[in-house]
Amino acid sequence: MTKDQPPTFHPVSAPDFLPPTQLRGLQWDRLRAIVAHTYNHVELFRQRMQERSLTPADLTTLADVARLPFTVKSDLRDTYPFGLFADPLRSIVRLHASSGTTGKPIVVAYTKQDLAVWTEVMVRSFAACGIHEGDIVQNAYGYGLFTGGLGAHYGAEGIGATVIPISGGNTDRQIMVLKDFGVTAICCTPTYFLHIVDRAAQLGVDMKALPLRIGVFGAEPWTESMRKHIQANTSIDPFDIYGLSEIIGPGVAVECPCHDGLHVFEDHFYPEIIDPQTGAVLPDGQEGELVLTTLSKWAMPMIRYRTRDISALIPEPCPCGRTLRRMRRIGRRSDDMLIIRGVNIYPSQIEAAMLEIEGTLPHYQILLTREHGLDQIEVQVEVTPQLFSDKVGAMEALATRLGDTLERVLGIRIKVTLVEPRTIARSEGKAKRVIDRR
Amino acid sequence: MKIKQLSLFVENKPGHLLAPCRLLADHHIDLRALSVADTQHFGVLRLIVAEPDQAAKLLEDKGFVVKTTEVLAVEVEDRPGGLARVLAALEGSPLNIEYMYAFPFGHDDRAVLIFRFDDPDAAIARMQAAAISVLSTTEILGG
Repeated sequence: MTKDQPPTFHPVSAPDFLPPTQLRGLQWDRLRAIVAHTYNHVELFRQRMQERSLTPADLTTLADVARLPFTVKSDLRDTYPFGLFADPLRSIVRLHASSGTTGKPIVVAYTKQDLAVWTEVMVRSFAACGIHEGDIVQNAYGYGLFTGGLGAHYGAEGIGATVIPISGGNTDRQIMVLKDFGVTAICCTPTYFLHIVDRAAQLGVDMKALPLRIGVFGAEPWTESMRKHIQANTSIDPFDIYGLSEIIGPGVAVECPCHDGLHVFEDHFYPEIIDPQTGAVLPDGQEGELVLTTLSKWAMPMIRYRTRDISALIPEPCPCGRTLRRMRRIGRRSDDMLIIRGVNIYPSQIEAAMLEIEGTLPHYQILLTREHGLDQIEVQVEVTPQLFSDKVGAMEALATRLGDTLERVLGIRIKVTLVEPRTIARSEGKAKRVIDRR
Repeated sequence: MKIKQLSLFVENKPGHLLAPCRLLADHHIDLRALSVADTQHFGVLRLIVAEPDQAAKLLEDKGFVVKTTEVLAVEVEDRPGGLARVLAALEGSPLNIEYMYAFPFGHDDRAVLIFRFDDPDAAIARMQAAAISVLSTTEILGG
């Protein structure tokens, strides 16, 4: 859909179009209530408020959010498992936990009302993507402790679509179901979808001929190049959805058919952009770290949670008519940054450079090692049939070209190694691009 | 007159040559000729096999990156000057040999040279003009 076409309107989307004054009023009412609730029930938050000599009554306008203390990921680990819960366990009906790459996971909790809010924002997300009753939705997000699976599940059911709760993995079966069940929309991580597309090509399945028309991809940052690759190989209109377990799961923000930033469901999640170094709030339009406050989540409210995701808020109205402010797509995370020999590198820059090599979307991995006290970075790239040549010179030229492109983007020379196909582990959830052996 | 050659990408690491060879062995596909071009980190394994299409499919299904290219198989006498005679036929032409390898052929002092040209048809014309025998698929695979 282009920007000139009228917006898809679904009755559940009504709150997306609230007049701004009314939206700010709603945010203010909800903020006061949630801050008081958190202050009364969460020890850590009360302590931090007291250190600043603040009480909930000191908030007089919405802008006073900026006076509140931040919450960071380590707060969730330090209070593991239930330390940040603001409601007693008997009113909590669901727990989820993050995958937790290091040490203990983080645990999040929902009351019945919180689950209703989550379903509501997921229903509104799917509505913004153009999914409706009658759609057949294949939900290939992992079901379980990860919020992606159940979040998308209840949202898709909530909008009245037919849900296939296939979960992640077993790619051949995913393709069989896509084909045989006449699936019209799919939800999964973008890297897993690329894997499905690759595999379908190997199996000789023409993805373009399927009735599949909408893809809702999230749980990890992805790029415009990936969007183009998906569009070139399928008939899908790919939508970016954003969320994180600490806040609620998927459904914090989503693209509309204009595909120019993600509308934040501001009536439930209050967004700010801050300078990650100083913590100062930045004006709309400026890039910085996204900070979110849950306005209507009671079991485990998050006040000014630092997401580590780098974005900007787009103040201009969207052609779709939604009054919800948009956040720019997440390209990188402030904690993703690799510092190699004094140079700041984001994995997303490496990905963008790789995608410049025409016609390829290779699987790759960034390997960090330390030799004689010096950091070494190596990018391993899987050879694809498109990249492969029987001439050694052509293969060496490819490695050099990749190296040159990376050097141009990053400013330092990186070792590029060509590896055999399927050497790099495939992800069925979030892609693991960086292996740090330092 | 052109014959099919399979090329495979293999990393230059112990054991990496075994997997494709074992796969072909398990399916009783005979290797008629091969060469490995190596660099520090990877190699390109080039194979002339009895059933190239079947072999390519088997390898691709197992996830190998396979490329089928057309090469020339030229028959020469296995004695001093055999190769030189073929190369002399190319002299003065813009034809460039990308790579080549050789193997003995049959029992009566014959050898086959495998040539990779960017323009194989022009090369065939040149060879035939010099009365050099360019083998067909049946000749080489049957021999």
